[in-house]
Amino acid sequence: MATLTDVIDRPSSQSGLWSWITTVDHKRIGVLYGVTAFIFLLLGGLEAGVIRLQLAVPDNTLVDPDTFNQMFTMHGTTMIFLVIMPLSASFFNFVIPLAIGARDVAFPRLNAFSYWVFLFGGLLLNASFLTNQAPDAGWFSYANLTEKPFSANQGLDYWALGLQVLGVSSLAAAFNFVVTIVNMRAPGMSLMRMPLFVWMTLVTSILLVLAFPVITVGLIELTFDRNFGTNFFVPEGGGDPILWQHLFWVFGHPEVYILILPAMGIVSEVLPTFSRKPLFGYPVVVFSGVVIGIMGWAVWSHHMFTVGLGPVAVSVFMITTMLIAVPTGVKIFNWIGTLWGGQIDLKTAMLFALGFVALFIVGGLSGVSHAVAPSDNQQQDTYYIVAHIHYVLFGGALFGIFAGVYYWFPKLTGKLLHEGLGKLHFWLYFIGMNVTFFPMHYLGLN
Amino acid sequence: MAHQTEVSHHAPEEEHPTSTGINNRKLLMWVFLSSDCLFFGSLIATYMVYRGQSLVGPYPVDIIDVPITTISTFVLLCSSFAMVRALAATNEDRQGGIIFWLLMTAFLGTIFIGFQVYEFNLFREEGLRIDTNLFGTTFFTLTGFHGAHVTLGIVWLLGLAWIARKGRLGPKTALDVELAGLYWHFVDIVWIVIFTLIYLIGGFDTGPAGDPSLVPHSITGFLGLI
Repeated sequence: MATLTDVIDRPSSQSGLWSWITTVDHKRIGVLYGVTAFIFLLLGGLEAGVIRLQLAVPDNTLVDPDTFNQMFTMHGTTMIFLVIMPLSASFFNFVIPLAIGARDVAFPRLNAFSYWVFLFGGLLLNASFLTNQAPDAGWFSYANLTEKPFSANQGLDYWALGLQVLGVSSLAAAFNFVVTIVNMRAPGMSLMRMPLFVWMTLVTSILLVLAFPVITVGLIELTFDRNFGTNFFVPEGGGDPILWQHLFWVFGHPEVYILILPAMGIVSEVLPTFSRKPLFGYPVVVFSGVVIGIMGWAVWSHHMFTVGLGPVAVSVFMITTMLIAVPTGVKIFNWIGTLWGGQIDLKTAMLFALGFVALFIVGGLSGVSHAVAPSDNQQQDTYYIVAHIHYVLFGGALFGIFAGVYYWFPKLTGKLLHEGLGKLHFWLYFIGMNVTFFPMHYLGLN
Repeated sequence: MAHQTEVSHHAPEEEHPTSTGINNRKLLMWVFLSSDCLFFGSLIATYMVYRGQSLVGPYPVDIIDVPITTISTFVLLCSSFAMVRALAATNEDRQGGIIFWLLMTAFLGTIFIGFQVYEFNLFREEGLRIDTNLFGTTFFTLTGFHGAHVTLGIVWLLGLAWIARKGRLGPKTALDVELAGLYWHFVDIVWIVIFTLIYLIGGFDTGPAGDPSLVPHSITGFLGLI
């Protein structure tokens, strides 16, 4: 095999469209991921806009109920799988080889494969709009609403297949980055010298490797139920819809950390830079990230407190969920410790990083309040949860990602982004986000 | 590093030492297998959760044939031995041995798949289909995906044998054989777990005790809540 690869040139032109299509260069693939995910961000934002417009006045007839469900489902699915994950992947691609002193990722062609499969999966998922049969059972697609008698059109098949394809992409990328970070570090780049972002990428990639096969099985079972008459989630055949919830959340909770850890890594790079101080308590931040990655496997049933799992299971998951707030809180204190006594320079990237810390604290606090099962019973399926998820994923993950965009854009292009516009962007985002989502806490609890 | 230009891509993982000393491709295979563990783990968990929950027959006790599957299990275990011999032959550069043992591994794997096809057909004739009951649903899904893994392994081994035909496999390229071996042994180990849980332990399961119209306890718990 060595003889074969020796004679094959890198199959890329140097410029033009063809060079982008054939590229295996990690920086270019990072750009492809970023641009594609930004387009999906606009699409997901449009879907959110339709949701809010429909709800703007009572008895609105802007969209019919089924279209509303489609918007609701596709907004969530798009933002999680086609925006935040690939935006993180964009930074993995661009930054990781540079940060560890590697020439490229371990498997450049596999890396290109990941991107193109991701693009195909995103298009497949959205192709459902062309047939007016977009998925409409929520981003969590709970059984047995997803079974054929209750979702007769092909929307859920698009959803299951689209996610399956995206899973292949995510897994291939995760394999690649685990190998790259473990194996391709420059001499002297020991594990405890790695930048925080590299550490968080490693933890995220390991979570992806282990979490995605679980949803793969769930999606296979859903597809079989819908198309081959199996009974995995069909009570009439003895199946149990709760199994879907378990499979979904065994994947879904590590997935939460897959979404947030990269942003935490970015923020851990940006805060020290603009405070002119090294990160406070580096090893503690590393270990708390690793502990989050491990404990993230033991909390999935806190999404299912109202299912009726019994007091023992509920108590156990309540305790583990409260415990996982500890390493998260440790990170917050370390970030504040980094700022303490620093020469703080409020550039746009720094504003977004500070915004991340502030908004993530709000999301984290509401998160701890769902950890208490009796209070969660009141919060389940209310706007309070919607507020929580948007504080951690919009205020958290997306703010962290924008901090990264402003921080690394000069590295990518050689140009600084305009500070004035950047600050305008930040304040619009920060105010808009709080005005939109903060009242939802009250809406949910009243 | 210096000899590498912008446009030529020499597989660096085979030329440069890695941070851990483990070859990149080998590490990739291990990471992939860890992922596959969770894949089979979820399928097996589904099977175990639904053990004894089928509402209608045939139940495992009616059709599972442990002796027959013991034979096919034995054949699959022997294929692992053949795989070990194939790698040894590669390391020792015995060209005839490489091809012989690779083909032998693939052949034994094919026999295993033959048994599985026979078993699936027999079950179908006896009235168990994937949509008959939970046993059929979980059994065919789990063993089907395992069979697909074995089939992929066979294709891989045949591909290696094809390469070996031209003398391209030897001590320098032993990793190509070793990676296939890792995959093959993993698929084998998964089968040992499946055989133990589904045939030896679960092979005598019947339907739910008492009134077969009763829904399983987990469902009643769920329905009780709403």
